[in-house]
Amino acid sequence: MEQKIAVQIDDLTVAYNYKPVLWDIDLTVPEGVLMAIVGPNGAGKSTLIKTILGIIKPIAGSVSIYGEAYSKQRKLVAYVPQKGSVDWDFPTTALDVVMMGTYGSLGWIRRPGQKEKKIALEAMEKVGMLAYKARQISQLSGGQQQRVFLARALAQDASIYFMDEPLQGVDATTEIAIINILKELRKSGKTVIVVHHDLQTVPEYFDWVTFLNVKKIATGPVKEIFNDDNLTQTYGINYKVAVNK
Amino acid sequence: MSITEYFNLLWTDYTLRTITLGTAVLGAICGMLGSFAVLRKQSLLGDAISHAALPGIALAFLITGAKDSGVLLMGALVSGLVGTFWIRGITNKTHLKSDTALGLILSVFFGFGMLLLTFIQKQPNANQAGLDKYLFGQAATLLESDVLLMIIITAISLFVMLLFWKEFKILLFDAEYTKTLGFNTKFIDVLITFLIVLAIVLGLQTVGVVLMSAILLAPAAAARQWTNNLSIMILLAAIIGAVSGVLGTAISASQNNLSTGPVIVLVAGVFVLFSFIFSPTRGILFREIRLRKNRADMKLFKTLQFMYGIALEHENISHPHAIRILNNFQGYTRGSLQKLENEGWITIQGQQWAMTAKGYKQAQEIYNQKSSQ
Amino acid sequence: MSHPQIEIQLIAAIVAMACAIPGVFLVLRKMALISDAISHSILPGIVLGFFLTQDLNSPLLILLAAFTGVITVVLVEFIQKTGLVKEDTAIGLVFPALFSIGVILISKNANDVHLDVDAVLLGELAFAPFDRLMMNGTDLGPKSLWVMGSILLATIILLLLFFKELKISTFDAGLSSVLGISPVVMHYGLMSVSSITVVGAFDAVGAILVVALMIAPAATAYMLTEDLKKMILLSLLFGVLSAISGYWVANLLDASISGSIATTLGAIFLFVYLFAPKKGLISVLYRQKQQRVEVSLITLLLHLNRHEEESERHINHLQEHINWHAVRAKTVLDLAEKNNLVEIRNNIVLLTPKGLLFTEKSLQYILSNKDEKIEPMKEDFFLFRG
Repeated sequence: MEQKIAVQIDDLTVAYNYKPVLWDIDLTVPEGVLMAIVGPNGAGKSTLIKTILGIIKPIAGSVSIYGEAYSKQRKLVAYVPQKGSVDWDFPTTALDVVMMGTYGSLGWIRRPGQKEKKIALEAMEKVGMLAYKARQISQLSGGQQQRVFLARALAQDASIYFMDEPLQGVDATTEIAIINILKELRKSGKTVIVVHHDLQTVPEYFDWVTFLNVKKIATGPVKEIFNDDNLTQTYGINYKVAVNK
Repeated sequence: MSITEYFNLLWTDYTLRTITLGTAVLGAICGMLGSFAVLRKQSLLGDAISHAALPGIALAFLITGAKDSGVLLMGALVSGLVGTFWIRGITNKTHLKSDTALGLILSVFFGFGMLLLTFIQKQPNANQAGLDKYLFGQAATLLESDVLLMIIITAISLFVMLLFWKEFKILLFDAEYTKTLGFNTKFIDVLITFLIVLAIVLGLQTVGVVLMSAILLAPAAAARQWTNNLSIMILLAAIIGAVSGVLGTAISASQNNLSTGPVIVLVAGVFVLFSFIFSPTRGILFREIRLRKNRADMKLFKTLQFMYGIALEHENISHPHAIRILNNFQGYTRGSLQKLENEGWITIQGQQWAMTAKGYKQAQEIYNQKSSQ
Repeated sequence: MSHPQIEIQLIAAIVAMACAIPGVFLVLRKMALISDAISHSILPGIVLGFFLTQDLNSPLLILLAAFTGVITVVLVEFIQKTGLVKEDTAIGLVFPALFSIGVILISKNANDVHLDVDAVLLGELAFAPFDRLMMNGTDLGPKSLWVMGSILLATIILLLLFFKELKISTFDAGLSSVLGISPVVMHYGLMSVSSITVVGAFDAVGAILVVALMIAPAATAYMLTEDLKKMILLSLLFGVLSAISGYWVANLLDASISGSIATTLGAIFLFVYLFAPKKGLISVLYRQKQQRVEVSLITLLLHLNRHEEESERHINHLQEHINWHAVRAKTVLDLAEKNNLVEIRNNIVLLTPKGLLFTEKSLQYILSNKDEKIEPMKEDFFLFRG
């Protein structure tokens, strides 16, 4: 059976202040995979996600989500940014932050109502944060903050989820909880794309992987391409030891 | 005139009423929009904008010869915006950092403004009187038309804020995410910045360019300490701003030779100081008290645990032990033993102590908590 | 030129130099706004000192006021540490409060203090020559010349003595701790020198313009060089230049000297901001445009190198697929063709041998991700010459 293509990237070149960070990337992500993007620091992993999401404008190339430009498919896409990208001392509650996930479908000016609140509460329940809904966000632990971000993305009720290091700085329990949610998402046919740091856990958590270091090194099923050769090409040093645990 | 007289006159004196209303409205709008500035980490941008507005006032006067505050404030608005965009230009296009850009624009624009002001003062035909008030503010010079303008602009800002409440909030919290949801973040950003500049310009006549930024920050900084809810914070900031405005004006009017700006700043400063110290959740005082209590509790628990270790060696947990043997452990005092007894965790008889069942259970709980961590 | 005129210019130049030196370090340490905070919050110190000494040039007053400046820094840092508000808010709260206290003290004691609010903001450079230092009946010149001269001298001596330490602690605080240079000591040392300088200069140029004298020369110099020594020298030059020309502009307009100096500083900065050879706005915009073309060109070549299929090499594809507008695609293609990097046959774009070689070199540049590698490439292939 022909698999649908969730994300298609062609000839993408991205530059910060005209200094390229991603060169001529072609990437096809089939629907329903749980994919890790791995690569060394400064490889452009976050940049790739941000470009797909339209936060950064590319110099050349195009991105399509289910065959259409991102601007037309926004409602199919959810995003979990890096935890450090926001001010956690902002005066707002966990529930409020999760509600923000519904703002996109509301559009300009319309306020969230009961329906949106229900969506947000359900999302919080899924990540096990319902008990903390009224908590001020600065009073949450790092793992809880990450779960709130995840719940916010769940509230977007999308088909494709982009996550920028959702496992960074979380405790072991949260890590397992988050991974279980990601696997559940995949089971229900969603596509999940995750910037990931910990090479050790790639085979265990993901079924698809993309190696990235300014250029795309390789992409495909973990079973087929997660090997020493690709790791060495991506990281520039021999990675045998790191993976053969 | 004393302050009580001032407030008594308020009911009869039309001018005083106008001024008071004006400063109240001004304080409210500054508190409201200042909250955005504080939360966006743009606190000092306000300082730069207000200083940058000075040459605009002077130029508007030089060009039109008008003393009408509407015209002068228009000039202030233009030069404030020019300053803002130049700051952005410097930080975006050069390697100079924002602090340098802010300080540079602030001082250079202000210097230029002072050059123009002193130039105007020396002009023979200029009835320049009145431009000075833009340095430190003189609420007494507020006219009914000025106050009307303030009310209109405040009402518009309030309307815009309520209309775009959701968009403002999400942009303040997480700008990139907002972009992925399909909102035009540039538009929201420019809108917020424009409102802030507007509030600053509006306050120049009352508070003056030099201290304007404090009126923007102080109510918001004070309000932030009392609540974790954005809408309550903004409401509270507006109230604190209004009260500071009215009180400050009253105090300065009841004294000779006192500009309004510094007094309003000090009143608002008192609010900030009070909030920093006495806010129940964030304040320094209660934080310190909590810290000490925690530390004392920790000490107590440590002693209890030590006792638990000793008690474990006996079959009967309530077997009495000499207080002496606690000497090996430095973490107890007579006082802490007394406290342990008051909690009902131990009993003390002469030079002996014995653990109670309650104390045993408590110690076990602490032990379990520790091992589960 | 009359005698007082020369003296005023001399004082202005010395004030400018004394401010420029600490200013360089404040700008480099991203603490430029601390000068703003200090210059405002020393006011109550000055007023109280004036009550005690009745002399604006008294060393006691200067020390007292400078102490207020250091206190401000400590207070700001304390508030920042409590985490109750964001860092910049802490600065924005402390100095207006202290400044307000100062202004109110002056207003309430207007009769006793020969300070007025205008003097606080503008200083009284024009009057400086009239307050003279007399010793045994001999006129030794204006007092403020002596005060600022001593401050400048002390600053220069400290700078020469601790140049290495200042440099290391400014550019690499971690390394400086390792080397046994306490960043804390350097920090408070710099804060003390800045405070003293601000207090000394306050009398001449006022609270806000002292900020201009500290930041503007350093910022202007920083647009031109990154070498610390050159930066200091340039700042001194810009400071003196604007002090003197500012004086004459003020003379011409019959307006405030310090306002005029600040305006001149602003004008010099504007000029450098626009026209600085490497970091000026025009040069940056031009370079960005050039880089855009370079990147586009390499993108095109890489694309051609990687795709064998004719459909990927068709001219129309470049517009549709790479997502360039027709004009841009044409510009890039023309440039590539002009440099003999590609050939176009029947609307199909092909790499020439030279293009192939260039692409391989580009790949090396990309993978190493270093800017240096692209420069010799440009030379080799005579690129981007239009």
